[in-house]
Amino acid sequence: MTEEKYSLTHLKELEAEAIHIIREVAAEFENPVMLYSIGKDSSVMVRLAEKAFFPGKVPFPLMHIDSKWKFREMIEFRDFYTKEKNWDLIVHYNKEGYESGIGPFTHGSKVHTDIMKTQALLQALDKYKFDAAFGGARRDEEKSRAKERIFSFRDKFHQWDPKNQRPELWNSFNTKIKKGESIRVFPISNWTELDVWQYIRLENIPIVPLYFAKKRSTVKLDGNLIMVDDDRMPREMAAHAEMRMVRFRTLGCYPLTGAIESEADTIEKIVEEMLLVTSSERTTRVIDFDEEGSMEQKKREGYF
Amino acid sequence: MKTKKDEKLSTSRNLDILSFLDQDEKKDLLRLLTAGSVDDGKSTLIGRLLFDSKRLYEDQLAALERDSKRVGHAGEEIDYALLLDGLKAEREQGITIDVAYRYFSTNKRKFIIADTPGHEQYTRNMVTGASTANLAILLVDAEKGITTQTKRHTFIVSLLGIKHVILAVNKMDLVDYDEEGFNRICKEYKEFIIRLNIPDLHFIPLSALKGDNVVDRTENLAWYNGPTMLNLLETIQVSSDNNFIDLRYPVQYVLRPDNKFRGFSAQVASGIIRKNDEIMVLPSRRRSRIKNIVTYDEEIEYAFPPQSVTVTLEDEIDISRGDMLVHPNNLPRIERQFEAMLVWMDEIPLDSGKQFLLKHTSNYTKARLDKIRYKLDVNTLHKQDADILHLNEIGRIVITTARPIYFDPYSKNKTTGSLILIDPITNNTCAVGMIIDRVSQDDMPSRITDTDRQTIYADTSLIPVKLREQKYRQKGATIWITGLHGSGKKELAYTLEKELFNSEYKTVLLDGSSIRSGLSRELDFTASDRAEHLRRVAEVSRMLNDQGLLTICNFISPTDRIRRQIAEIIGKERFYLIYVDATLEYCKKHTSRELYKKAEAGELKHIPGIDLRYEIPAQPDLIADPHKLEENVQEIINLLRDKGIVWK
Repeated sequence: MTEEKYSLTHLKELEAEAIHIIREVAAEFENPVMLYSIGKDSSVMVRLAEKAFFPGKVPFPLMHIDSKWKFREMIEFRDFYTKEKNWDLIVHYNKEGYESGIGPFTHGSKVHTDIMKTQALLQALDKYKFDAAFGGARRDEEKSRAKERIFSFRDKFHQWDPKNQRPELWNSFNTKIKKGESIRVFPISNWTELDVWQYIRLENIPIVPLYFAKKRSTVKLDGNLIMVDDDRMPREMAAHAEMRMVRFRTLGCYPLTGAIESEADTIEKIVEEMLLVTSSERTTRVIDFDEEGSMEQKKREGYF
Repeated sequence: MKTKKDEKLSTSRNLDILSFLDQDEKKDLLRLLTAGSVDDGKSTLIGRLLFDSKRLYEDQLAALERDSKRVGHAGEEIDYALLLDGLKAEREQGITIDVAYRYFSTNKRKFIIADTPGHEQYTRNMVTGASTANLAILLVDAEKGITTQTKRHTFIVSLLGIKHVILAVNKMDLVDYDEEGFNRICKEYKEFIIRLNIPDLHFIPLSALKGDNVVDRTENLAWYNGPTMLNLLETIQVSSDNNFIDLRYPVQYVLRPDNKFRGFSAQVASGIIRKNDEIMVLPSRRRSRIKNIVTYDEEIEYAFPPQSVTVTLEDEIDISRGDMLVHPNNLPRIERQFEAMLVWMDEIPLDSGKQFLLKHTSNYTKARLDKIRYKLDVNTLHKQDADILHLNEIGRIVITTARPIYFDPYSKNKTTGSLILIDPITNNTCAVGMIIDRVSQDDMPSRITDTDRQTIYADTSLIPVKLREQKYRQKGATIWITGLHGSGKKELAYTLEKELFNSEYKTVLLDGSSIRSGLSRELDFTASDRAEHLRRVAEVSRMLNDQGLLTICNFISPTDRIRRQIAEIIGKERFYLIYVDATLEYCKKHTSRELYKKAEAGELKHIPGIDLRYEIPAQPDLIADPHKLEENVQEIINLLRDKGIVWK
C-alpha cells in the first residue's frame, strides 16, 4: 500500500476553499447568481462552481452584463462555452442606454461605464431579485481590494460601505440579510494572477483567444493600443490601424481595453511574460485612470 | 520569419518556464499574520518580503533572456513608502483600519499575509487576521523591547490557537546589533509566554530597513546562527497542525441531481474520511458506511482537511445540511450549554437579555448568553468581573443554545470549536467565540436565579394562602435530601413521605428517576445537563410549595453552589437541606455494585464521588445517619414542627 499523504498543494487548498464558499452560498441564499465577465478569472470561477456540484448541475445561473461593446470573440466564446456546459445563461443589457446610443467613443469611458455596466448590473440585480452575486475579483488585483471581504455586504441600493462590513473569521460566513439587501461573494479572493494562470493550465480551462498573442489590427490612442473590433470605431481613428502582434491581459469593452505588444501565444509564455513585467494587471484598463481612486468609487456605486 | 537561432532560443525558454510552472504547482500555502505598529517597522518588513521575494523569483528565471526595457528594479532602491502611503491615505479617507491581505511567493512556498494594525482598538482586526493564520510574526522594536502591545498580540495569537510564533526583534541597527540586548528580550519573552500555549516559538534579530536577516544573512548579525526570516517561513512545518484524528464532516450541501445519486458535500473539518468507513450521523445517530468519495476530478479513497468533497452512503438515511458525519467510536460533545471565550466585535455592546443567532459549522441556532464568568484585560491578562462586554473586549461566557450543537473544544478543532454570533436585529456579526476545553462548571448561570427576571405570578389563584394553610395544617416547603448514590436517600424520602401522609399532611415526592423519565428526558448526566435537570426540579418544587404542598426531593445535587441556587429558586425560607452522611464504602455496599465498579473502571462517567466532585454540605439543616432511618424521619418532622411548617 502506498503511504497516504495528508497535505495539499496551494492550488488544491485554494480550490477547496472556493468550493466551500460556493456551496455555502448555494445552501444559504434563495436566489444566487454568478456574474460572468467572460474573462479568465470568471472562467476559473465557473469551473470551480462546476466542481462544487459535480455530478449535479450548478443550481444557479450565470449572468453576463453585456455593455454591447465587448469584443466579438468574447461573445462567441460565451455562447459556445455556456451551451457546451449546459449552463443557464442570463444576458442583460441596459436597453435604454443602448437605444439612446451610449458608447465609449461618443460619450466617453465614464458615462459609458456608468450606464452600460454599473447601471445595467443594478437593473439586472433588481429585475431578477438576486440576493447573492458571485464575482471573480481577487484581492491582489488592486490596492483597494486588499481589504475586501469574501462575503461583501451591499445595502438595498447595492452600495458598498467600507465602514459597514462584517467581521469575517475562519471559514464561517454570516449570510443573514434583510429583504432587498444582498451579498457579493468572491470565491477566488485569495488567488493571485499566477494562481489563476497556473490553474487554467493545469485544468485545461478554455479561455477567450484574445488572451493569446496574435496579429491584430490596432490603433494607438493616448498610449493605449486599441483593437479595431468592429466598424463602430470612428473612421478617422480606424484609419491609423496597423497590424501588430498583441494580446490582452484583461478583457472588457474593446475601446476601453488596451492591448500589449507580445509574442506570448501559449499560457507558459504568458506566465513568463507576466513574471517579467512589473506593471500590475489593471494598467491596461482605461477606466482606472479616469479619476483618482476610481475603482473605490465604482465599488461604492455598486460596480465590483 | 524566425531564424534557427530564434527557434532554439524559444525552445529553451519554454523548457525553463515549464520547469518553473511545474515547481510552482507543487508549492504549499502558508497563511501568516503580522502584528505590530508602523513604528515597529512592520510595513518595511512586509515590503521587503514582498519585493525581495519577487527579485529572487526572477533570479530563478535567470536562464531567460531579460528584456531590460520591461524588467529593471534589480539594484534599484525599493520604495517601501508605497505601502506606508496606502495606510495614510486610508486614514485620511476615514476608512476603518482593517485587515489587509497580501500575497507573495518564493521558490518553495506561497504566502498569504494577513496584515493587521497593532493598536488596542484593533483587537477585532487582529482576531480576524489570526483566525485563518498558521503562523504569526510579532514585531518588537529592539530599542523598546517587549511592550504591553507585544503581550496583547501574543495573547490574541494564543487565544486563536496559532501554533507557530516568530518574535522578530527589529531595528537591530539602532542598537548596534547588540547580541546581549537581543538575548535579554528573548529571555523576557520566554518568561511571559509560559502562561500561554504556544508550542513553537522562534526568535530572529533583524533590521528590515537595512535588510539584515530578512531574506539574506549579513555580517552585521554574524553572531546569529539561526535562519533568516524568509528561510524560516519557507521551511516551517504547518500541515501537521491539522487534526487528522477526529472525523468531523459537517454536511454543507445535499446533492441530488437525479433519483439515483444522493451525495453529501462538505469540507472535511478534521480527521480522515475513507471509503467503507462506518459512520454515524448526528443528531439522528443512525449508522451507515461510506460508499464513494466523489470529486469532479476523480473518485478518491480517502479525504482529509481541508478538502471539499462529496460522499455517498450505503444506506438511504435522511441527512440534511447541518448534520454531521463522525466515526461512531469518536463523538464530539453534543450539548446545549457550554462556555466560550467571546471577542465582542460590534459597536453595540453585549446585552444579555437579547437572543442571538449562533452559527456553528453549517448550523444556525438561537442562543442566549447566560453569564459572563469574567472579562479579560488583554494587556495584563487579569480576570475581572463584568456585566457587559464592549467592542474589542474578550470574556468567558456561558452560552445556551435552542438546539444541541456538536462541537469540540477550539484547542482540538478550530472548525467545530469556533462559532460566530449574529445580532438578529442588525444581522451584524457581533461576536466570535472559541469553545473552551472543559465541561461547563456545574452550576447554573446566574440569570436563571436572578429574581429580577422572574415573572410575578403570585396572584394566580382565588384561594388565599392563609386559607390553604389552615385547611392543610401546613405551609408549603421543600425538604431536599442530598447524598451520594446508595447513601439511603430514597429509603429516607419514602419513609418520610409515608409518615407525613399518615398524619394527613399533603406531600409530593420528587426523585431522579421520575423526573428523568419525563420532564428531563433529553438531559444527560454531564455537569451542565445535571444543572439544568435540577433547575427544573427546583422550579417544580417551587410551584408546588406555592400551592401549599410539602415536597420531598431526593437528589444527589453534588455541589454547594448548585444547592444554593436551588434554594434561591425555591425560596431560602422554605428550603430545608437534609444531608445523608454515608461513607463511600457504605454506598458501594448499598447500591448495585456494578455502578461504582464501572465508574472506577471509567466505563461510567459523571458519577459523584468518583469522577465528579461531591461537596459535603457545610451547613445542612439536618444530618441524617443512614443507619438510623426511623430516628431520622422523626428528627425531620420535629424540625418541620419547630419551624412552623407543619402543625398538629
